[in-house]
Amino acid sequence: MEEAIYKKFPEEKVEEIESLFTEIGKEFKGKAEELIPMLQRVQKRLGYLPEQALLAIARMTGLPAAKIYGTATFYAQFRFQPVGKYIIRVCRGTACHVKGSDRLLNTIEEYLQVSPGQMTSDGLFTIETVACFGSCALAPVLVINDSVYGSLNRSKALKLLDEIRERERSSSRHSTQGN
Amino acid sequence: MDFLSIKERAEKNWKALENLKQHLIQIGMGTCGKAAGADAIYAVVKRVLKQLNLLGRVMQVGCIGTCYLEPMMTVRKPGGPFIYYGNLTAERAEEILLATLKEDNPKSEWAICYSGEGPVDGLPRFEDLPMIKPQVRIALRNCGLIDPENIEHYIARGGYSGLMRALQMKPEEVIEEVKTSGLRGRGGAGFPTGMKWEFARKSGGKKRYIICNADEGDPGAFMDRSLLEGDPHSVLEGMLIGAYAIGCDEGYIYIRAEYPLAIQRLAIATRQMKEAGLLGRNILGTQFCFEIHVKEGAGAFVCGEETAMMASIAGGRGMPQPRPPFPAQKGLWGKPTNINNVETFGNVSAILAKGAQWYASFGTEKSKGTKTFALAGKIQRTGLIEVPMGIRLKEIIFDIGGGVAKGKKVKAVQTGGPSGGCIPADLFDLPVDYESLTSAGSIMGSGGMVVMDEDTCMVDIPRYFLSFTAQESCGKCVPCRLGTRQMLDALNRICNGHGTVEDLDLLKDVSETVQKGSLCGLGQTAPNPVQTTLRYFRSEYEAHILRKKCEAGVCKPLFHYEIDPEICNGCGLCLKRCSVGAISGEKKKPHRIDLERCTKCGACYEGCKFEAIRIS
Repeated sequence: MEEAIYKKFPEEKVEEIESLFTEIGKEFKGKAEELIPMLQRVQKRLGYLPEQALLAIARMTGLPAAKIYGTATFYAQFRFQPVGKYIIRVCRGTACHVKGSDRLLNTIEEYLQVSPGQMTSDGLFTIETVACFGSCALAPVLVINDSVYGSLNRSKALKLLDEIRERERSSSRHSTQGN
Repeated sequence: MDFLSIKERAEKNWKALENLKQHLIQIGMGTCGKAAGADAIYAVVKRVLKQLNLLGRVMQVGCIGTCYLEPMMTVRKPGGPFIYYGNLTAERAEEILLATLKEDNPKSEWAICYSGEGPVDGLPRFEDLPMIKPQVRIALRNCGLIDPENIEHYIARGGYSGLMRALQMKPEEVIEEVKTSGLRGRGGAGFPTGMKWEFARKSGGKKRYIICNADEGDPGAFMDRSLLEGDPHSVLEGMLIGAYAIGCDEGYIYIRAEYPLAIQRLAIATRQMKEAGLLGRNILGTQFCFEIHVKEGAGAFVCGEETAMMASIAGGRGMPQPRPPFPAQKGLWGKPTNINNVETFGNVSAILAKGAQWYASFGTEKSKGTKTFALAGKIQRTGLIEVPMGIRLKEIIFDIGGGVAKGKKVKAVQTGGPSGGCIPADLFDLPVDYESLTSAGSIMGSGGMVVMDEDTCMVDIPRYFLSFTAQESCGKCVPCRLGTRQMLDALNRICNGHGTVEDLDLLKDVSETVQKGSLCGLGQTAPNPVQTTLRYFRSEYEAHILRKKCEAGVCKPLFHYEIDPEICNGCGLCLKRCSVGAISGEKKKPHRIDLERCTKCGACYEGCKFEAIRIS
């Protein structure tokens, strides 16, 4: 079914994990019931759960790494692959489905040339689907990072993506000029 | 400061707000409002007031329920009524504000209604709007009217008086009161709340837990989110009353991670409760002590099931357990545990404040009180509503919801999400209560209500739900794990044009097995979407299987688009919208679709202004 192969965090950036776990060590006691909040904390910072983080949680809690992995893979929220700068989550709730969210998803997939769970080659976008955001009255809905966009159609959705691309392009141009 | 002086201050401040000597501008800032652009409206209002040095107070409120009008703003001049504006843009909000504040012109041509002292220029009263009039708002009593991040607003409107009253009663009396009210669990199953509390109270041992189920997992439902975003204290107060009645000092709120705003507002609310002495040790100077932990879910539908939720809170995979033992006997960490839904607690606080008899005066004999619904799908007025039990489906769909859009025909309404079923339009006389909806093959559910029109395929809908339940099945028991997959495979075959008549028998057999043999509610109810559509829309299944036709134009292998040359005037819009170049034709002459190239994306069909494109 799903390819549950976790990735290693890049060696050159591994201090990031170490500093994160210094913080986590202060915030959590390492009890078994804290496992999900700890995983959430890691993902919030790193965007996904790399191998080193899963092992670090195993050491902190004293739980077997297999149990950590088993719990993490049970929940749809957790990712094991790095994500793009913008995570586009297409709502697949009932109201959105009735209002054509499958077509919206297909359009975005075709436009970005990736499937749900994958990242575009430029590292800008990751597509995901979500069971329901609970913004059904504005269906179909998609969420880009933390912003919800409602009452969408194909062209509005693609315009959103184009705007992000354009913004990113001009800001990178800016920074090269600055250099 | 003790609670009475807090209450006094809250009432004083609320009165001051009511008699404000400057303009009061309220903006609906729930998730729906924000998604529709409320943040931009808020920013514009702030900027205009500052730039022009005008006096005015801006206040955020929760969702009033008229989601189809978002983003919304209400403006009240000193001593005047509230004027409501909807579907705003930043520019229009600015114009309204300038006209109102500088010229005393409320721009009523753009307004929807008013509330308070009237009349106003031919505008209807808010309470008389067709969407609002049939409603009775008990759980949603404060939503859209108060600032959810200000505990004083809640207290000034009678908040925590239910808890005050409960703490003066014996716990058994509180349970009796809830029993008398007739309140049944609003999570969907409808178990009497008072009885549930009694079981938990009578369990042995000293340590007990209470859990608020805010894991609103049903796709198509947003009642709990709106309530937590719009009036978190009403839920928290209900939870405290429950904790006192059961005799426990520790509780959890298990809430979906997909609801960041609700989580944030809960955090603010619990902090304010601590400051006001409503949480912690010796609440309101009594012996009652209570702590609340907020646990974020991690995206697993099965965790809405009580035993799975407790496994998830304990930190593991959220998989259900066989019952008995029931959670009331042996729940979280082996201790007696009581779990209620968000809306149930929202009702409890009102029941204790206003009395069981008052609550029981609403609703039907077996289903007392009100129920909130998230009205969505192919309907004119989407939104969050609360209606007395026993109201008829047609009143909800036509009077409140305004029927389906654009002259289409309504086909069915889906209640109860993946655990519920599709009720056909000819049964819309059905009263909304637990028993009637169950007898029609659906369930009350937590309150999702998705309306479907003739463009909705009634074979695709169960396929959609089964792909959801097959994905969300935890895999522990065989009937659910394999049965949902078998049903999904059969539905996929039918939707792809490879279905046979035997598939219908297979669906019937497997659905009965899954229903009877599954360990938890997820599996036991997963066949409902299949069974109700087989029962009411068998002809659509047969059209898919025998004639290889999907008349709704949803199942791609079973239909194609064609342009009616009699109607098409060659405007060229479809040609422009087609991304694969499948449409050709000269300007002002009927166009054609190349079926080889067409991907059936539907862009032309949705875009045609003359309805010249047909499904065939």
